[in-house]
Amino acid sequence: MSASVAKEKSMVIQKEMIANHFKALSTAKETGKKVVYTFVPGNISELILAFDMLPVYPEINALQSGMRKKSDGFIQDAEKIGHSEDVCTYVKCDVGMMINGNIGPTGEKIPPPDLLLLSYTGCFTFMKWFENLKRLYPGVPVAMLHTPYQEDKQIKPEMTQYMVKQLKEEVIPKMEQVSGVKYDEEKLKGILRNSSKVEDAILRIFDTTKNRPSPIDAYFAGVYYIGPINSGFRGTAEAVNYYEELYSEIMERVRLGLGPITPEGEMEKERFRLVVEGPPNWTHFREFWKLFYDFGAVIVASSYTKVGGVYDMGFRVDPEKPLDSLADYCMNCYTNLNLEQRIDLLEQCIVDYKADGFLVNSIKSCNSFSAGQLMIMKELERKLEIPVGLIESDLVDPRYFSYSNIKNRLESFFQMLDQRKIILKQ
Amino acid sequence: MKKYFLGIDLGSTTSKAIIIDEKDEIIGKGITNTRANYMVATEIARLEALYNARFTILKQKLKAEVETKKEYARYIADVESAFKFLQFNRRLEKLNVQFKETIRNTYSGEKHDLILGYIEGIVDKIQPEIRHKYLYGDIADKNQFFRDIVSEHFNKEVAKLDKEYFDSLILVYDKSITPVENELTDYDFKELIFESLEILNDKYENIEETFAETSEVGFDAELNLLRGNYRKIYDSIKEHISYIANLDIHITNMVGTGYGRALLPFPEKSIKSEILCHAFGAHAFFPETRTVLDIGGQDTKAIQVDRYGLVTSFHMNDRCAAGCGRYLGYIADEFSISLNELGPLAMESDCEVNICSTCTVFAGAEIRELLNVGQERSDILAGLHKAIVMRAISLLARSGGVRNEFTFTGGVARNQAVIKYVTELVHKNYGDDLTINIHTDSIFMGALGAAMFALRSNN
Repeated sequence: MSASVAKEKSMVIQKEMIANHFKALSTAKETGKKVVYTFVPGNISELILAFDMLPVYPEINALQSGMRKKSDGFIQDAEKIGHSEDVCTYVKCDVGMMINGNIGPTGEKIPPPDLLLLSYTGCFTFMKWFENLKRLYPGVPVAMLHTPYQEDKQIKPEMTQYMVKQLKEEVIPKMEQVSGVKYDEEKLKGILRNSSKVEDAILRIFDTTKNRPSPIDAYFAGVYYIGPINSGFRGTAEAVNYYEELYSEIMERVRLGLGPITPEGEMEKERFRLVVEGPPNWTHFREFWKLFYDFGAVIVASSYTKVGGVYDMGFRVDPEKPLDSLADYCMNCYTNLNLEQRIDLLEQCIVDYKADGFLVNSIKSCNSFSAGQLMIMKELERKLEIPVGLIESDLVDPRYFSYSNIKNRLESFFQMLDQRKIILKQ
Repeated sequence: MKKYFLGIDLGSTTSKAIIIDEKDEIIGKGITNTRANYMVATEIARLEALYNARFTILKQKLKAEVETKKEYARYIADVESAFKFLQFNRRLEKLNVQFKETIRNTYSGEKHDLILGYIEGIVDKIQPEIRHKYLYGDIADKNQFFRDIVSEHFNKEVAKLDKEYFDSLILVYDKSITPVENELTDYDFKELIFESLEILNDKYENIEETFAETSEVGFDAELNLLRGNYRKIYDSIKEHISYIANLDIHITNMVGTGYGRALLPFPEKSIKSEILCHAFGAHAFFPETRTVLDIGGQDTKAIQVDRYGLVTSFHMNDRCAAGCGRYLGYIADEFSISLNELGPLAMESDCEVNICSTCTVFAGAEIRELLNVGQERSDILAGLHKAIVMRAISLLARSGGVRNEFTFTGGVARNQAVIKYVTELVHKNYGDDLTINIHTDSIFMGALGAAMFALRSNN
């Protein structure tokens, strides 16, 4: 590792964007801005922005609490009021944060919601989560947007129609009512034009891992890269600017033949290229990441960075068909793909990015990710004859992060990849 | 000079060492249950493997004689048993010293003298008994640890004494055995082996008297051949024994594995994951192996391997110890019996009790409840064995199932009751045609794999 860890310009831009967003949230009462709580997978942030409202994503707050070592206490507080040990730790962390004054990641207060937008995509827990929020914030209207699962491996026209109908009859009227702003389709189209540019840039960014060495880590750094699109910026000019800046920085790394940047500087030797499935652990994020870069392992693609939108399979918003686009966007979310589609997507990543192995981080409290992971592993092992591995941790419950167990398994996994290279050469 | 390769497997319960030659042939094996310090454990296992290697080389040198003349094979086996007895005896002497120190530090006055008297009596009683088992019985072949052998005899003697002193005597034993077990006892191979030969001369000279005295040990044909003949054999192999005693067994390369591997003073490239080593070792013994189940002291691993013996995927129990060797250790404590006795007792059952608990600690409560309602100990034990195998079967299912051939390894693979249920359940779930491999040296698979990696990385 080289010693210097220079802050890239894109990092500064992102930090500012996020800080401004939380500032805007903390002053929402004074500025009269309305606040919408919604979820990351299948988030229709463009529509929220079209009504000049501010989005809040409880999962983002939970993961931030995890990274700031606050989740432990929040989870225990949620357990004290009756949430069982097996409940999703994002939910418990979020509930714990709310009952402790709802102080967000920047130390500023997050305002209570004016609207609960339950865009329900691939995770049953979302419904129960918002039922809880409804009780925590009595009287706040709830708009429900149900996303049909891609059971048959495709989006059928009637599925899009069903979603557009919900947008028109349920979501938009409630947004109009809460914001006092009339729905303006032209404005939405304008926002979506930015989204389209952002989508293109994201795809280009994650495609740079085709290079050797890969200039980025598509998982550990990838989760920072998807920050803006997952926290309300997708259709904004700031996001277009951020992603273009990020892309040009990465291309500069490619030009110089540099590997990914880690918290301890640049990774000098790329030894293993991996595709990772499942969210990371947030409570020990740095330690977790270090276990990989210390071994020279770089993640060349991950499913987790696709939770806020899957663009690899050709989907793009069409600004001229704004509601249809939002509907299709939701249905294209990673957790809304059926298992065969997930396998196809991961297979494509493994092949395109020339991965040496496939690794699953199985999350104790996340059903929407964990269901099917063993099958996905077995199928990829069978189809591609690629070494596969599984580690277990949790999102934000530090009690479920066992450093030595994970290290032991990763060591074995990396040696497995190493040995394969040696023996197959002989 | 011949090249040899060493594999060390530092497990959570035992430490193993394997020495192989350039053709992957096992030359020496060593095992210890020393747990205090991995460095001591490594050294004990390594030295054991080196002693064992000398015997293997001796047998290789005398291959023609061993194969054609039964009395030669018997003579060498007897030398090895006598050698093991002498090793045992050295440690027993140390234990005796430790006993005295413990008694001195724990008791005074009359009680001190009384306990000392009891302990001296016990040692005087068990030493010749154990000696006899080494020289005339099969205790040397059983791979029992020092602690197991001593405690079995010690407990038997304590039970005969005044109950009032039971706790004191056990306390002295418990306080004394661990330091002795955790201390490296250095032996001079040459000295011990010639001493062994002397013991044997004495044995064969008095063979008739000995067997007339003890009806429990059968008099066999090879011994009969040795009677009157041993001098000739002794003379003809003495030179070879000198050769192996002076032989410099040069370890060209070594690899360490197991839980304690990070503590080994080996370079990074010489430290390998136990998953790879177990799979590689199992595959070496049974080249058609595609699925390996390894039940060790503190984890259970289901490993899938390809035709080269390379791991393609593995699954381990992460959050619970039920289903591991330690579970059995805990159960043995609950029943106040030794680990070795668990399997045979469970095998006596023909109607196992259904044990619901999959938690090691809760199993203790369940056992007591079952004993209270009058269930047979053997039936409960059988149920417990089945319960841990059920956990392993579930892990195998998670890891992609069982592919032909299936090899079962690890320390627990020596337990007959576990073998019975693994065989039964694997066949039931994956078909009767499936080949199941279990090797008597299953506990050494990790060390073997490590030694094989040492050979390959040297190449």
